[in-house]
Amino acid sequence: MNRGTIRPKPQAISIDPKVAVNLSVNGETVSAEVSVRMLLSDFLRHELGLTGTHVGCEHGVCGACTVIIDGVAARSCLTFAVQAEGTNVRTIESVADDDGSLHPLQEAFRNCHALQCGYCTPGMIMNILSNLESDMPMDLSEEGIRVMLSGNLCRCTGYQNIVAAVRQAADALASR
Amino acid sequence: MSTRAFGSRIQRNIDPQLLRGEGSFVDDIPLANALHVAFVRSPFARARINSIDVTAACTHPGVAAVYTCDNIGDLDLELPLLIPHSSMTDARTQRPLARGDVYYVGQTVAMVVAVDRYTAEDAAALVDVDYDPLEVEIDLEKAILDGSPLVHPTHPNNIAAHLVQVSGNPDRAIAEAEHVTRVRVQVDRSTAAAMECRAVAAIFDRVTGELTVWDGTQAPLSVRGGLASILNIDEDKVRVIAPNVGGGFGQKVLLFYPDELLVPFAARHLGRPVKYIEDRRENFVGSTQERTQIHTIELYAKKTGEVLALRDSFLHDTGAFIPYGIAVAQVASTSIAGPYRIPNIWVEFKAVYTPTVPVTPYRGCGRPHACFAIERAMDQLADDLGLDRFEIRRRNLIGDDEFPKLREGLLFADGLPVSLDSGQYHKALEMLHDKLDVANFAAEQQKAREAGRHLGLGMAFYVEGTGLGPYEGGHIKIHPITGKVYVNTGLTSQGQGHDTVFAQIVSDQLGVKVEDVILVEGDTKAFDWGVATFASRAAVVSGNAIHKSALIVRNKTLTAAANMLEASADDIELRDGAAWVKGTDRQVSLAAVATATNPLRYAFNESAKAATQFAPASRHDGPALGEGQAPGLEATDYYSPPCATWAYGVHGAILEVDPEICSVKVRRYVCIHDCGNMINPMIVEGQVMGGIAQGIGGAMYERIEFDTDGNMINANFVDFLVPYATEVPQVEILHLETPSPLNPLGVKGVGEAGCIPVGAVIASGIDDALRPFGAAPFQHIPITPSMIYAAVTGG
Repeated sequence: MNRGTIRPKPQAISIDPKVAVNLSVNGETVSAEVSVRMLLSDFLRHELGLTGTHVGCEHGVCGACTVIIDGVAARSCLTFAVQAEGTNVRTIESVADDDGSLHPLQEAFRNCHALQCGYCTPGMIMNILSNLESDMPMDLSEEGIRVMLSGNLCRCTGYQNIVAAVRQAADALASR
Repeated sequence: MSTRAFGSRIQRNIDPQLLRGEGSFVDDIPLANALHVAFVRSPFARARINSIDVTAACTHPGVAAVYTCDNIGDLDLELPLLIPHSSMTDARTQRPLARGDVYYVGQTVAMVVAVDRYTAEDAAALVDVDYDPLEVEIDLEKAILDGSPLVHPTHPNNIAAHLVQVSGNPDRAIAEAEHVTRVRVQVDRSTAAAMECRAVAAIFDRVTGELTVWDGTQAPLSVRGGLASILNIDEDKVRVIAPNVGGGFGQKVLLFYPDELLVPFAARHLGRPVKYIEDRRENFVGSTQERTQIHTIELYAKKTGEVLALRDSFLHDTGAFIPYGIAVAQVASTSIAGPYRIPNIWVEFKAVYTPTVPVTPYRGCGRPHACFAIERAMDQLADDLGLDRFEIRRRNLIGDDEFPKLREGLLFADGLPVSLDSGQYHKALEMLHDKLDVANFAAEQQKAREAGRHLGLGMAFYVEGTGLGPYEGGHIKIHPITGKVYVNTGLTSQGQGHDTVFAQIVSDQLGVKVEDVILVEGDTKAFDWGVATFASRAAVVSGNAIHKSALIVRNKTLTAAANMLEASADDIELRDGAAWVKGTDRQVSLAAVATATNPLRYAFNESAKAATQFAPASRHDGPALGEGQAPGLEATDYYSPPCATWAYGVHGAILEVDPEICSVKVRRYVCIHDCGNMINPMIVEGQVMGGIAQGIGGAMYERIEFDTDGNMINANFVDFLVPYATEVPQVEILHLETPSPLNPLGVKGVGEAGCIPVGAVIASGIDDALRPFGAAPFQHIPITPSMIYAAVTGG
């Protein structure tokens, strides 16, 4: 313990060059100065406090960091914040209603026990949601759903219940 | 009466929070002004460190501190050996930061703390370490030969531990045997690969002197104890919280990972919050792994197939250090006879140091290895004797009336003799036989062969000793304001749904809704006593402790409510959050009962006001609290299991091998499973299916590869193949429920079950599919396309 000594005072910020970025996140306009090398995942999580987007591998394989950029599922760990300039980004925090009521897809995940630790879940949800909301028809066969999920790793569930949840959510949304 | 919660498929309490993205994993917890850690790691499997120059790193803008073994004070020590055992001499453990030598690629050498992780990594690259690389031997079988390079000069032939265990009289039985089957099997190294890597964050509050640590660990109580002793802080001033944790599978219980000590140390030293968020590459090279074992197993049998004796000798790779003792090898050696009667056993292992990431338990902890050995040997014995694979098992499985089956001389991980307590092994086998339609498979297989397709049937049986002690506790309190029930235990959850299954146990005793039972665990300030989450023990050990506590609170509630309602306690029932006089509409809410049992009756809310409308909850004269009486409806009790309770199951699969592209497609996968009474079958199935998915990984995809210099060459998710949804089959599960006779709830553990037999199932199925090629049996997992190619081409 260095009692009485002046605490080390690191420079408050890094010396990385900064760049302005303007985008929409969950419908809200965001303008910020970010380090040129800041990942979109870090920007969302640590600059905007949207920590629902998780980071599982930082090399674009596990899909935990998936968000929706201009309607398309994308890896926020392989995207620089500055690349999101001018885009609409949606994260898991925007999926439930304002009062917290779950989206039918989230409800289906709960019904089917399609999550255990919940770490991969936000990325799974955003990937599936982008498919559910797409104009392209979905292949809801067993194999079709599994192929749709093949950009997201889950280490807990064995996927079977996630497949069931996708089917249940698609049915629920179709009947609305 | 309301429906019993125990045994019901009840949705999980925790789900809405996780589904909305509102979980709080370590890196989600906002810490103002936090500093970030990056480690300098050894690029050599074995080297001597001549010097470490941190000058450039220290002066890099944004760097707060650079630590090496020379400026970490009391932390410059060899970390504790968790589980000592007489089979080890001078067991070697790691230092938080290397001093003098490094022993594997990835070992921590220096720690940089900076304003953000980007800057910390830049500075870590500026730390200049001068190494003299040394010779290494990565191959397990060569490592024990005379003249092989040593990981630790203290340990000749790299032997870390050597143990022989004997049950019965194997020598005599071997002499009487009419046939011997001998196979060599190998299971390769893998890793838990939880989706959240490890993470530690810490704050030292100089005003209160309190150190608060958020650690994605399976064992916060142990971490707290270690921090208090090593950092020399009162235990009461150290709080360790395991918040939401993104999967554990064993990797997140080690005492200690270097960061678990160094991050709190730096937070105190620097007076700022500090966090270390492990990245995926670091998880591969820096966090513990498991699996490599090479067994030579012999079954001594009569011509009828009855196995008289088993001899097994195996090598266990423990990596560069052996911090967890011999746990993995011990569990493997004591599980080696599986579900079979086999009365005479001789089993030996050598734990071997290799200059690689240290080995500690990963889901299964030696059981998948043992299962692979005995099940592959059983298949071979069946082939040798011209028997069917089901028939050889029928002739050797322990009968229902033979329990408890004691294997005297084999000491399990709890230090007690193996005693398989209960089960219906024969019934399980027949259920698999029926469900897989084995009777008709041969014809189907023949028809497919004629059409040029190669179907195979694989199967394997397993047992799992679960619910290890020493103990866990449960604290229960009915809250006087809301009437909700608060439950605490010393465990942590990494996705197992404790908050729901423990709530189900409590719900039945107190008549409250499952969602009104609030579990708080993983926080040393919430509950002070206990061990940790590992070894498929939570439901058994904490579950029964919570059950016992719930019974005490139930009795207190019945007594108080009876007084309030002026009835006999025998006439009171608890349901729908209230105490009722049976057969009447007279009732009082649990909140009101809880309020009335607290002599301080401020009317905070309606239920508190209601409490005053009844007779007193306690009938005694004198002061508000009678002698020996405590306020409220609250209890703490503990459960200490007499020994492990043994779950089991049998899996089977129909798979198809395409010899052209050497691929394997699992057509059907059936699991017959028995973990005693199920608290929540939905959660049990989730555990089993997740385990099977990991087993599929271990059977066909996941292998940590080292080059001959000890570099891990697939330390990423591109090259280390964790199965996606496209690789994992649909699983059909049938349950048996043979209550454990050892604990009040009759439960057995389930956490590790699913992964145990999968490798043997897949190997058995591929063997069966490729019989026309005359290939040798597959005795090595994971089974890769190259291995199949070699088999079908005779190469």
